[in-house]
Formats: sequence, structure tokens, C-alpha cells
Amino acid sequence: MTAIPASGERVRTRLPGRKPLVILGERALEILIRLSGFSAIFFVLAIFFFVFREAAPVLFDAEFDAKEFLFSTEWYPTSERNVRYGTWALTFGSVAVTALAMVIAVPFGLGAAIYISEFSGKKQKEILKIVIELLAAIPSVVWGFIGLTVMSKLIVDLTGAPVGVNLLNGGIILALMSIPIIVSIGEDALKAVPDSFREAAEALGATKLQMIRRVLLPAARNGLLAAVLLGVGRAVGETMAVLMATGHAVRIPHGPLDSVRTLTANIAAELGEAAAGSPHYRVLFLTGVLLFVITFVVNLTADMAIRGLRRK
Amino acid sequence: MTVAAIEPGKRFVRTRHVARKERQQSVAKWIFFSMTVAMIIPLVAIVAYLLWKAAPSLNWQFLVDVPKRGMREGGIWPAFTGTLYLVVISLAVSAPIGVLAAIYLNEYAKDNWLNRLINLAVINLAGVPSIVHALFGLGAFVYAAKLGYSILSASLTLAIMTLPVIIASTREALASVPMSFREACWNVGATRWQTIRSIVLPNSISGILTGVILQVSRAAGETAPIMFTGAVFFKAVEKGKLFSYGLDDQCMALSMHLYTVSTQVPNVKESIPFATAVVLLGTVLLVNVSAIGLRVWLRNRKKW
Repeated sequence: MTAIPASGERVRTRLPGRKPLVILGERALEILIRLSGFSAIFFVLAIFFFVFREAAPVLFDAEFDAKEFLFSTEWYPTSERNVRYGTWALTFGSVAVTALAMVIAVPFGLGAAIYISEFSGKKQKEILKIVIELLAAIPSVVWGFIGLTVMSKLIVDLTGAPVGVNLLNGGIILALMSIPIIVSIGEDALKAVPDSFREAAEALGATKLQMIRRVLLPAARNGLLAAVLLGVGRAVGETMAVLMATGHAVRIPHGPLDSVRTLTANIAAELGEAAAGSPHYRVLFLTGVLLFVITFVVNLTADMAIRGLRRK
Repeated sequence: MTVAAIEPGKRFVRTRHVARKERQQSVAKWIFFSMTVAMIIPLVAIVAYLLWKAAPSLNWQFLVDVPKRGMREGGIWPAFTGTLYLVVISLAVSAPIGVLAAIYLNEYAKDNWLNRLINLAVINLAGVPSIVHALFGLGAFVYAAKLGYSILSASLTLAIMTLPVIIASTREALASVPMSFREACWNVGATRWQTIRSIVLPNSISGILTGVILQVSRAAGETAPIMFTGAVFFKAVEKGKLFSYGLDDQCMALSMHLYTVSTQVPNVKESIPFATAVVLLGTVLLVNVSAIGLRVWLRNRKKW
């Protein structure tokens, strides 16, 4: 032990075994960690920037008309004389397929979430969750292939439609694809409802069904809304499955057995043919920007719904 | 219902009202159960159907052979190795960034607006449609960074797309390490990073591995992001050779190949697209099952 210095002079100590180089290395690593943490923001901005950058020149094109782009159903990108870039039919296609998918997926998804959360035993719950995880893992191109081969044949046989790749087919495939996400997020939301709520309802003599309807569903409302929204987000953004299963007709469908094309499938189908830098190419990027904005809003709303749930 | 009728030792009377309630409950249970089953049946039926249709072509030769006669015969070797390339390279890029980002979010970040913004960005990154990722890859890597249509461009696009998968699961793994472990470590004078390296990471490494495996499954199955950045319909490579591509080559990929043979090539032997689908689906599901297995094993081994 060294003697305590008489004057107020400070004693400099060095921690044993911590060489300056090690400390420096640790600093560097922490900076790297911080940068990686910020990378998500950087990537989202980069996605918007690069997609918008390719699209931007067309906005200043004298012939480009934003109103026509959004609300016209005339999409003739490769026409000789009458080139038209109206995406309304494509937007409508996206909305129609998504809506149909949700009509199927929401009741089944929420029903399954309720069953897994409230009715199933421990073992059964575990197995069901694994199955859902596997269902969610099936690649979209395989779903598309299933739509193209299995589902289209079924639809032709059952309804007598001339072609099997249509709105109905895409809706069913998208429903099957978005059910897993609805189930898993919905189940999380139901799990987040405190058990005391359930016990209170049961103590009042409510049946399980009454308890679910009057207590659980209202309590988990935000989380369930988020589940549905994330399902919508998945369905709107899905590309390969709708490319292969909905047929290729850029028009407003009159019924579920009409072929449609969605915004996403349209990009996938035409980007390969559009020469880089051509107006057609730029308009396709512009629809990409549109898609980015739509999914951004949907995801933001879902996130706010979940956040509202947590705060409670 | 008379109270006097209760036998000794029997606590409850099953009145008509109770019976109705019970009946309702079991009906409700069956309805919800059938909804759950309705979700599972398609999976089983579809896998069985695919296997049945694919059976004529499904053999070892199919895997290691190259496509012949405009993909109407032969195998899927170039597509299989192409997918391998894409997965490995994208993993090499996204795993370090993703794990470090998760470490930041779970170990360093305070609850302020900046980190809420990061969370929002991660959620949004996971929600960006795959085709928009493709547009981004085309604009950023192929043209702006001048990497051209190449394995590198496609892998980088895939890496950014799958980043949220790794971030989310790594975060979950880190969060499952009890806070008291860290506090004990800090109390003996360890710095934040020393704690992470010697306490947090060793205790969560299997969970992190699970996330990495899930990234592999996601990257192997994606089609749209690689379609315009590096994957092509056909690329001649040597049969059975593993390292057949260079980084700036274009490549085939399983998912892309399935799209090609099922929509772009006329008169394909029926079993070929089915067999391709089975190989792709089998690969992805196998990877996922191993992740699940790892997780279950881990949970049973956990001591706290």
C-alpha cells in the first residue's frame, strides 16, 4: 500500500490487465455495434432513395400526368402510338385480391388464434405453433406454383371457369399465406390479456364463449387489429404467388373468376422487358414507390396498434 | 331442481342451464378447432400432392444433373448451387450486421425517440414488399454501385431483405438472458462489452443460431429480389461441380428455376416442375425443422 499523498495531488492508477489497445478495440467495437444498430434506418431510407431516384425523372416528364397514373385504367406501356400509364386497374387488382384473401384469412386466422390460445392443451399448442411456423416458411414461389397447378385445376373443375388462374385463386393462395402471420400475432395479443380477466369472467359464471366475446376480444382488440393489418401488409406486398396465380389481365375484374393483375405482379412481369431509363422503366419504379408508401402506412398503423396495447 | 336432491359429496347440480352452457362451450371449441384444422389440412394435402406428382423425377440424378433440352429434361444442379451461393453470401453480410444491430437494440439502446425510430425502421424493413427490394437492388447495386447483374448484387439485396429476421430473433435470444446475469457481471467491474462477450453471448448463442438458420430458409425461398439483380433462367455449369460460379457471374437459383420451368418453358415433362418444387420446399422446411429442433433442445437444457 502506498502512502496517501500529503498534498491534494491525485493518484493515477491503472487497472491491471487492461491495455490501452484493448480499451481502444472495445471502443471501436462499440462504435461498430452502434452503427449496425442505426443501419436499419439507413437501409429503409436507402430503399426509398434508390427506388425514388430511378422513378423521379418521369415525374418531370411533360407527358406524365399524375392523375392519369393514379386513376386511369389504361395501361398500355408498350403501345406504338397510344402509350398510357394508368395504374388504377392494377391498384384495384391489388385491393381486390387482398380483400378477398382477408375475407377468408381473418375469420380462420383469428379462429385458430383463439383455439390455440384458449382451448388447446400444452402439447397440442406446441405442435400447432410448429405447424404454423412451417406454414409461414413455405416460399412464395411454391405457393404460386400450387396456385398455378393444384388450385387452378380445382377451380376449373368446381366452377367451370374458363381459366383457373384468377382473382379467386390468388385470393385463396394469399389467404393461406397470410393466415400464419395473423395466427401468430393474434395469439400473442390474446396471450397478453391478463389471466385475471379470464378468471373474473369465469367467476361471474360466463361460458368460455361469452368470456371470449365479451372480455378477451375487446381487451385484445388492438393486438388483433395489428395481426390483421400485418396480414394485409403481407398480402399487398406479395409478388411471386400473385404473379403466378392471378392470371395476366390488366382490367377491373367483374367477378371472382376474372383474371387480374396486381401492382407487385406487374413490376415483376414487365421490369425484364422495360429498357433501363425508358419511361416505362421509370413508371414501374414509380409503382414501386407507391407500394412502398402503402406498406409503410399499413405497417406503421399496425405498430401503433401494438404500441397502444403495450401502454395499457 | 331441488336443493334437497343433492347427494352427499356431490357439490354441483348439472342443471339444464349448466348443460346448455357446456354444450355451447363444446360446440364453440369444435368450431375453433375445425378452423385450426382447416389451416393445417392444406399444408399436408399440398405436400402429399406435390410429392406424388414429383415422384417420377425425384432421384439423386435429378439433383446433380444439369438441365437439358431447354430445361425439359435433366436436373437442377446449377440452380441448387446458385441458391447455395446466394444464401451463403447473403448470410455472410446480414448475420454480422443483424447480430450487432440486435446487440445494440437490446444491450445499449435506451428508450428514446432515436431508438423508437430504429425499431420502426426494422418493422418497416420487414414489411417492404419483396419486389420493392428487387427495385432497390437493381437501382442501388446493379446500376449505382455498378456491380452489374451478378451473384453479389443478388446476395446483397437478399441480405438487406432478410436482415429483420436476424435482428428480431437475435433480440429475442438476448432478451431471454436474465438481467441478474448482467448485473452480477457489472458488479465485479466488467465493462458493458466484457459482459456481453462473456455472459450474454454464450448464454444466447443457440438462440442466435436459430435466427441465422431462419434467415437461411428465408433467403433460399425468395424469388422476386433476385429476379432482376442476378438470377437468370439458364446458366451452363459443369455437372456435379460445387464451385461453379464466380462472384460477378449471373447464376440460376432454385426458386427462380421453379418459376421458369412452371411458367416460361412450354412442354416441360410434368414431373420436373413438381420435383423442383419438392426440392425447394424440402430444403426450406428441413432448415426450419432444424431451427425448431435446436430451439426445443435448447429450452429443455436451460437451467434458469
